[in-house]
Amino acid sequence: MSSREDILGRVRAGLQRNAGNAAVGREVMAAALSSRSQGPKPAMDTAPQALLERFRVKSEAQSSTVDIVVAEAEVPTAIARYLTAMKLPKAAVAQPALAALDWAGAGLAVELRGARDADLVGITGCFCAVAETGTLMMCSSPATPAAVSLLPETHIAVVHASRILPYMEDAWNLARAELGSLPRAVNFISGPSRTGDIEQTIVLGAHGPYRVHLVIVED
Amino acid sequence: MEIKSMRFKANAAGSLANVVLQGNLKNAKGKFVTKRAEALKDLDDFEGTRDAAVAIRNKVIDNLDLWLERFEQKAQETGATVMWAKDGAEVCRLVTEIARKHGVTKVTKSKSMLSEEAGLNQALEAAGIQPVETDLGEYILQVDNNEPPSHIIAPAVHKSLDDVADLFHKVHGTPRKTEIPALTREAREVLRGHFLSAEMGLSGGNFLVAETGSVALVTNEGNGRMVTTMPKVHVVITGIEKVIPTLEDLSTLMRLLPRSATGQSISNYFSILTGVKKPEEHDGPEHLYFVLVDSGRADVVGGDFHAMLRCIRCGACMNHCPVYQTIGGHAYGWVYPGPMGSVLTPLYAGMENSIDLPHAATLCNQCGVVCPVGIPLPDLLRRLREKQTERGLRPLKERIGLRLWAWVAQRPKLYALGASLGARYLKWLAGDADRIRLLSTAPEWSLGRDFPAPQGKTFRELYAARQKINKEAA
Repeated sequence: MSSREDILGRVRAGLQRNAGNAAVGREVMAAALSSRSQGPKPAMDTAPQALLERFRVKSEAQSSTVDIVVAEAEVPTAIARYLTAMKLPKAAVAQPALAALDWAGAGLAVELRGARDADLVGITGCFCAVAETGTLMMCSSPATPAAVSLLPETHIAVVHASRILPYMEDAWNLARAELGSLPRAVNFISGPSRTGDIEQTIVLGAHGPYRVHLVIVED
Repeated sequence: MEIKSMRFKANAAGSLANVVLQGNLKNAKGKFVTKRAEALKDLDDFEGTRDAAVAIRNKVIDNLDLWLERFEQKAQETGATVMWAKDGAEVCRLVTEIARKHGVTKVTKSKSMLSEEAGLNQALEAAGIQPVETDLGEYILQVDNNEPPSHIIAPAVHKSLDDVADLFHKVHGTPRKTEIPALTREAREVLRGHFLSAEMGLSGGNFLVAETGSVALVTNEGNGRMVTTMPKVHVVITGIEKVIPTLEDLSTLMRLLPRSATGQSISNYFSILTGVKKPEEHDGPEHLYFVLVDSGRADVVGGDFHAMLRCIRCGACMNHCPVYQTIGGHAYGWVYPGPMGSVLTPLYAGMENSIDLPHAATLCNQCGVVCPVGIPLPDLLRRLREKQTERGLRPLKERIGLRLWAWVAQRPKLYALGASLGARYLKWLAGDADRIRLLSTAPEWSLGRDFPAPQGKTFRELYAARQKINKEAA
């Protein structure tokens, strides 16, 4: 007998599985998968301005920094300003999805590709953001490689205010509507990487970025 | 992993006598508790969320066979390979075979307690494949002569900054650093090279999503993302009980898991991984394997300890346990410490191999109160004690003693005489003092505490005397 059959066989024995309770079980399963019922969620003001404000406050609480601009065209200049202030190089890897922005015009040497170990700054968009916890939702694709938000010491993300949603449940629905099925990697990111493994003392910059900077576009 | 739970009493005594460990435990003790309490505040309805989480977990484990088949089918549709392992030995065999098939010489690992159960690192090493632990805590333990973890969330919680400073100085051959950020940076630099050169990444799985055939990983350091993004092969090792129905259920459970574990409203990274890299993609593994592990779980289904399968491995029960806080995790002698470990170790590693663990609790129910999936841990511990008695696993002396007591207790006159003699004997033993320092007839009772001396008369005698006075007064 294969291990699969052995394991499932003992599970079935434990549940006293028979044709009758299997049919009931299948109904329970089908109902759960189709109803996608949601659990209780913290109350939230879902007016657009309130969502943006909550997202900002929660992001800052996770040690991200936040800049707000009024048009997408201003993003490269805002990023150049941040890099200057942080004394970081004006060179970055950016996800190919951000090709339309005028990086050179802002004095930035941006390469549109996947990330490499030597990249110091990584610029990404995001699929959407979650106001409840101040979280970015990143969906991997050829135009949005996952490692750009992981390998560089500095991660800069462009967030459109119109895509700040109240809850993670809303993000799933948006993904189902726009992408159909889940991409290879969905990464929810909430601030720079961190560890508390030595004396429960939080240190930023474990294996991923030391800093996360968010440029929110009010559109 | 070798089971050392039979040495619980000696281990615990050693932990209590270890001054350095006691300092480290004291330092850690308050932090988890305070952070969790703080993090629960912005969850408007903790009880309601917990009820929902209990319902989600029950829904799956009550029909676990059906959900496993459903998950397997969805995962296969995404291009993943699903394998099944009966025990740790089979886990080791399957993972080694996968590594050989893809010509793997190095495996980077994100934290997996199941890999500890199976002793996978030793098996990989024996096969000439280098396993590299990448969670900072696990890395510290691996380079410290493969020391076992003492906590499921913070594996090196028993170590101090000084311990880590000495260790890194020794194994890295670098100048001794005394700042935590500098030590973290040093580990980052050592491990970055491994992340980029390993051909295979190995992770556990916090949840398996039946709706999409995905694995969900909850991490903070980014090592979980590294091992599932950079190598060409990703192997997920996870227990068969980890399935949940939908992405919505994942969101509900994620409101509880990081809050209960580390006191965060959400972990830094929360990754939902589905299938393999497409040819035109820049990153991600080309091969994805799920190893679904039994190792004792299937036999728990439908029995007295069924509720234990709800466990989401947050560690809140140990963080709030007065026994764990006092002796640390190593004393428990296997992978899982604290109240959840005292239930899981007898179930997975054998009741006869862990006879003291169900008794390593005060049954104060702190663990039951904080458990995010409402597992009645004290009830399960009590049930394990009953099972030990039913199976005749308790020591002969205890069994004879209890039988004798039961015989006497069923004879009220004899019982009264015994109690009266006992009370007088103890009073005589105490002499003028109000307590007995060393009780020679039962030395274990008074090893760590004094035995209060009785007044010399029993309750029955005092009661009878009072009745007599009342009667005379009337």
